[in-house]
Amino acid sequence: MNRSIIKVEHISKQYTLGVTHTAHHTLRDELAGAVKSVFNKQTNGTNGKDNTIWALNDVSFEVSRGEVIGIVGRNGAGKSTLLKILSRITEPTSGRIELYGRVGSLLEVGTGFHPELTGRENIFLNGVIMGMKRKELARKFDEIVAFADIDRFIDTPVKRYSSGMYVRLAFAVAAHLEPEILIVDEVLAVGDEIFQKKCLGKMATIAHEGRTVLFVSHNMPAVINLCPRVILLEQGVVARDGKASDVVGYYLQTGGAKLARREWPDISTAPGDDVVRLRSISVIDEDEQVCPSIDIRKKIGIRFEYDVLESGQRLVPTFNIASESGAVVFWAGDRNPDWENTPRSKGRYITTAWIPGNFLNAGTMVVSATISKVRPTYEHLYEQGVLSFEVIDRMGSDTARGNFPGHFAGAVRPLLPWETQFAPNR
Amino acid sequence: MSTPVSDDASLIPNSTKTTPTDLPRYELPDEPLVTIQPGKSWSAVDLREVWRYRELLYFLTLRDIQVRYKQTLLGVSWVLLQPLLTTFVFTIFLGVLIRVPSEGTPYVLFVYVGLLPWTFFSAAILSGSNSLVSNSQLINKVYFPRLLIPVSAVAARLFDFAVAFSVLIFLMVYYRVALTWPILLLPVLVALMTLLALGVSMVTSALNVKYRDVGVLIPVLLQLWMYASPVVYPTSLVPARWQSIYRLNPLVGLIGSFRAVVLGAPIDWSALAWSVGVIAVLLVYAAFVFRRMEARFADVV
Repeated sequence: MNRSIIKVEHISKQYTLGVTHTAHHTLRDELAGAVKSVFNKQTNGTNGKDNTIWALNDVSFEVSRGEVIGIVGRNGAGKSTLLKILSRITEPTSGRIELYGRVGSLLEVGTGFHPELTGRENIFLNGVIMGMKRKELARKFDEIVAFADIDRFIDTPVKRYSSGMYVRLAFAVAAHLEPEILIVDEVLAVGDEIFQKKCLGKMATIAHEGRTVLFVSHNMPAVINLCPRVILLEQGVVARDGKASDVVGYYLQTGGAKLARREWPDISTAPGDDVVRLRSISVIDEDEQVCPSIDIRKKIGIRFEYDVLESGQRLVPTFNIASESGAVVFWAGDRNPDWENTPRSKGRYITTAWIPGNFLNAGTMVVSATISKVRPTYEHLYEQGVLSFEVIDRMGSDTARGNFPGHFAGAVRPLLPWETQFAPNR
Repeated sequence: MSTPVSDDASLIPNSTKTTPTDLPRYELPDEPLVTIQPGKSWSAVDLREVWRYRELLYFLTLRDIQVRYKQTLLGVSWVLLQPLLTTFVFTIFLGVLIRVPSEGTPYVLFVYVGLLPWTFFSAAILSGSNSLVSNSQLINKVYFPRLLIPVSAVAARLFDFAVAFSVLIFLMVYYRVALTWPILLLPVLVALMTLLALGVSMVTSALNVKYRDVGVLIPVLLQLWMYASPVVYPTSLVPARWQSIYRLNPLVGLIGSFRAVVLGAPIDWSALAWSVGVIAVLLVYAAFVFRRMEARFADVV
């Protein structure tokens, strides 16, 4: 029995450009506009169609109770508009949404915080703004203060807080929100890395408690790890809706985001079978650091980490690189004679392939990976679109581009040895 | 050049492993709790929804009061100083120099009884009109009935009124004003004035979101409104042939009655009845206008 907790049916939202987002109206403008339109009627006709955009266009999906759904898409794809409509901040132009649970939205942390008020006063104000009850807040008060780690400053106006303390307090309140449906937008984009991890950890806890979560983020590792299902929005429509790895894979292939590392902490769900399981795969730079964008002159490493679970197999890690258009640039498998024909014993292996610098063309590259057995050939796993990275263009004498500034076509851009002989008499 | 994203994932417990067993399962209701669809163009503000959010109303009002007094040097004493200073000025110019009639009461008392409700009324409309614009941050980030914003702005001014009222008590004791039964009407009059300020604020605050010059216009109109109301002079000063037009102003009934019940003078019931009628019509109108514009606040503000 999996009835939907959220039903979104044919939601569209139209914005009029230039009116809603730019200058504020004044009565004078309006009067002037009215006069103008009288005169313009004969000459121009209406210009209504041109300056409206559909931020969302006929979006439908359903969410079952307890599902954790990632919503991804480029800037302007309609993610924020969708969240604003779901949070009832703005109304749709057409369509209908049914919500079968209380919604808590976290479109930012610290909504309604007032600098003049003390931490204590702000906890109550902010909590009530986000839909908590006063009693609930009084009960959780000590917990919130402890989570934020600011007990000495609880009666100090928050304008005297460091920005770190401020964000901690704001997130502490938000983290104690307990609606059945939680809507989270880019909150994790604020704060330092440590704080972001704390947020992600809290998100995971919330997800495991059986609450329904809609999570909008550009952080692909977080989306993949938190959300079994992902919805991809493109120009206001649902472009893909399905398993996280499929949708994110598609999104990476279309150049929507970079993802330089994938990791499977739980071996039972890691790609593979009883023979071998892939535990992580990353794009690394020459210093062996995970890196989503690499200088065209530098070598690029593709690093596999995998567990062999059955000894005696001959295994070959293989990957391919595809350009943004989807064309495969090359396939490569491990041909190192030390390993190629050697039966392996059980245990963890780390294999790295190095793509030379000055070889791939600039742009987004998508990695698909397999680990196969040879003689007979058998694919133990195949992860399509598992990673993506960007090759950064450079000019200069040590590049194939040299100082040529124009478009440089091709999937590869090798720096070739060129030879010329002057032979006037031939 | 780029931040390593290496161990992001390691801190996240694997989402597929655990199953929710420790939390009581939330049972889905048969009917949706909330249905979101484009608003009907003509419907009134949903008062049940406002009631459901009464705690937020309380905290927003509390915030308005706290914030206003926290950063001022004199704090609450401003609420006393403002009407006292204006009373002083009017007493010198109108009471002593021009000798505006004050129906037998000392002019200081007479003008303070008028300025007290007026100061509340104009301050309520001023903060009410700007309330939606100054809370745009909230409107853009979280849902709640938008009506709470102007209501809390107006309600916060009731606190100032209560503080300034203490001066009136002092003056009444000083001038040995005899209390009469009609003084029990005072809370009703304050409530009516609050509703009038709210009705005006609902319309002006919504307009102010779209047309920012409304915010500039309001103080000017308020200035005019004060002189069109019996604040610093008695209603009887207005010539008889202008009285019928003058009485269209709902404040004539409200401030006139306020003064009458405090000073034990006869109440002008017909003017008061007119005020009640105006307030009722205005509130109904404001409820529809506000609802109609509410849907677009987040898109425009």
